Amino acid sequence: MDVSQYLDIFLDESKEHLQTLSDQLMILEQEPENMDTINEIFRAAHSLKGMAGTMGYKRMQALTHEMENVFSEVRNNTIKVQGNMVDILFQCLDTLEEYVDNIQNTTEEGDNDNEHLVKSLKGILNGGQEESGDKASSSSAPVEEGDKEKWNTIKIGSAEETVIRAAKDQGKNVLGITVYVQESCILKAARAFLVFKALEELGEIIVSVPSAQDIEDEKFEYDFSMLFVTDSSIDKVAAAVKNVSEIKDAFVAPFEYDSAKKEEAVQTGVQETDKKPVKEKSGKVAVAAPKQQEAKKPAVSKPIVNRTVRVDIEKLDVLMNLVSELIIAKNSLVAASNTEGTRNAASEHIEYLESVTTNLHESVMKVRMVPIESVVVKFPKMIRDLSKKLDKKMQLFMSGEETELDRTVVDEIGDPLMHLLRNSADHGLESSEVRLERGKPEVGSIYLDAYQDGNNVVIEVRDDGNGIDVEAVKEKALSRGTITPEQAESMSDKDIIDLLFKPSFSTAKQVSDISGRGVGLDVVKSKIESLSGEVEVKTQLGEGSTFIIRLPLTLAIIQALMVEVGHEKYAISLGTIQTIEDIAPEEIKFVQAKEVINLRGAVIPLIRLNEVLDIESSKSPEESLIVVIVKKGDKLAGLVVDELMGQQEIVIKSLSKYINKCKIISGATILGDGEIALILDTNALI
Amino acid sequence: MEELRAAYETTQFIVVKLNDEQYGIDIKYIDNIIRMQQIYRVPKVQQYIKGVINLRGEVIPVISIRAKMGFEQVAETKATRIIIVKIDGSDTVGLIVDEVKEVVTLEASQVEKVSYDAKEEKPNYVPAVGKDKGELISLLDLHTLFAEKENS
Repeated sequence: MDVSQYLDIFLDESKEHLQTLSDQLMILEQEPENMDTINEIFRAAHSLKGMAGTMGYKRMQALTHEMENVFSEVRNNTIKVQGNMVDILFQCLDTLEEYVDNIQNTTEEGDNDNEHLVKSLKGILNGGQEESGDKASSSSAPVEEGDKEKWNTIKIGSAEETVIRAAKDQGKNVLGITVYVQESCILKAARAFLVFKALEELGEIIVSVPSAQDIEDEKFEYDFSMLFVTDSSIDKVAAAVKNVSEIKDAFVAPFEYDSAKKEEAVQTGVQETDKKPVKEKSGKVAVAAPKQQEAKKPAVSKPIVNRTVRVDIEKLDVLMNLVSELIIAKNSLVAASNTEGTRNAASEHIEYLESVTTNLHESVMKVRMVPIESVVVKFPKMIRDLSKKLDKKMQLFMSGEETELDRTVVDEIGDPLMHLLRNSADHGLESSEVRLERGKPEVGSIYLDAYQDGNNVVIEVRDDGNGIDVEAVKEKALSRGTITPEQAESMSDKDIIDLLFKPSFSTAKQVSDISGRGVGLDVVKSKIESLSGEVEVKTQLGEGSTFIIRLPLTLAIIQALMVEVGHEKYAISLGTIQTIEDIAPEEIKFVQAKEVINLRGAVIPLIRLNEVLDIESSKSPEESLIVVIVKKGDKLAGLVVDELMGQQEIVIKSLSKYINKCKIISGATILGDGEIALILDTNALI
Repeated sequence: MEELRAAYETTQFIVVKLNDEQYGIDIKYIDNIIRMQQIYRVPKVQQYIKGVINLRGEVIPVISIRAKMGFEQVAETKATRIIIVKIDGSDTVGLIVDEVKEVVTLEASQVEKVSYDAKEEKPNYVPAVGKDKGELISLLDLHTLFAEKENS
């Protein structure tokens, strides 16, 4: 069967299951007795095994098979979850992730060996049930004793009951037989037929599972069970069955029949009807404690998931472009109706069109929004790994995983966040001893908080570690020649912290393989900036530091204030604008030869846009200034413009890559009348 | 058969006038030729980038070949055109030329490579010259023309 067409689905689902495994293992480590978690892990391992098997990924299948076995035992309370077991399981998880990665890149699972993990898992299994230990490790697929006598679970109807009674009365032996065919066997049905034939010479088969018809059609895996009435001894029957070649093993035992047994058997039989018999590993326990098993059932049922349709992002892009054009068309209609000054029915329709396009725009934007959860879910495991690797105790607290961002942003934000978290874990948090000395809790805390703030989404990575040592950074910068001693004198703490974002600047005294190679913060910064976002740091020596990432909600269409500077039109994103002020020329003060204004107690530097943009202002110096107050993080600045033109929804068009020197222009937009207005990047101005 | 061979061995060029010289641009790059229209200045960019235009809803940068090649600037005339070229299939750029004259078909034998002096400081935008009806046409290499976009 060609399964390549299912590869995408396989990858998606595998990742989902691996994530579940990872999440649940984290919980399991905290609450080793949590039955829901154990069931969840069992289910995930089971699904993975099934999928890997279908796709023909043998290594993955083998490993998940063992994991499933272990959890089957945990579920049955035969073994307990212990510290070292979770570690092994995490290693399994890593290996599985590796397989999936390999499959994604090459469609092959790779040849990474999982022998030692399989062994460790078997070790766990054996530790749990000493008596069957040897057998389990010698066979390739360990099945415990009770499991093998599957005939125990055969459902007995009244017809069979009568036959069994009659046979007992006649003094015949009633035997339960379970036959295992070798897994390498090709003609399973033929072997089964030979077994049946051999048995029929000795007696009578009352009932078989699966049915004789199913066995003939090869509708069974590697085993089948039956109840058998015979005059011969157990040994003779067993020998007859084992005489058939390619039969791995046969278990024959007297069938003890009483009414209590029947009830149990029926019950387990019912439970099994909706599963393949061979998948049910807990036959014995199910018999022993059927009620417990039943009680667990609801917990295993699948959680209700959102109904979703996977849509190719390109299709959404096309949709988005169409909406963009619609908006441009709408804008030109609006412009046309305004210029003609005609007050007719058309304007009403135009207003209607305007509301439709706005709604359409919003819905399309929403389609593109995905929660950042898909990115951050992998972090708890990462922190756990780091904690082991660095030998520091730490915990990650996350909030706001449901915060939504544009798909393209979410795809890109993972790496920077990972960098920051590693940074916090490695440089931020102190070692346990130092923490205790300083009177802090031994376990370090790292927080990842996401929330929406106006038109931005803010993601904060915070730790309660050492904070940034400004003096150390300064020294380092001096010794590296990044700054001169004179510069160092005049730099504020904030300026110095910003040095951390310069390329090749790492303050870690030791280079570890987690962070500290001097690539990191600068990469984070450039990545975030390429997403039109920004990063800032707040830190308190000895108390911890916070990295704040601010990202725009959307990248394609924004609300903007249109302004005129020297007869040229520019757009300023409304999201960054605080207020618009009228300032008389005499209100301008000078600080360090730079123009500032004092606005309600805040000293705000003035930026004359006409100077920045190399153009003559159309206003005379005596006139009062129109100042647009914009903010970037905590900083404010006043942009002096000539004319305000009003607010408009604009579609951002990128400037060609041939225009790459212009940092202060982030793009262009086409106005209703076909004119082009450039979009000012206020972040670059401040 | 005859036609096939001709198509294989000949290249079509659009002949434009710049500084009273004739330049040829390979027709395969050319998307469109439009009349001069309003160019919107972009501040703080390379001086040969004249700005951007609105071409059917797309924002496209416009480059003055004169400025790029170090010729003196002239005022636009009625004959001034913007040639819209697509390089590598994706990046659309407008080139301002003084005049668009004609389309010529040059056979391989009519094209001569120009030897290039490595000591020359300016990159060589004209790697070959075509001869047509007794006139010389400098064949522009658009790739070199746009390659060093960092410096100006």
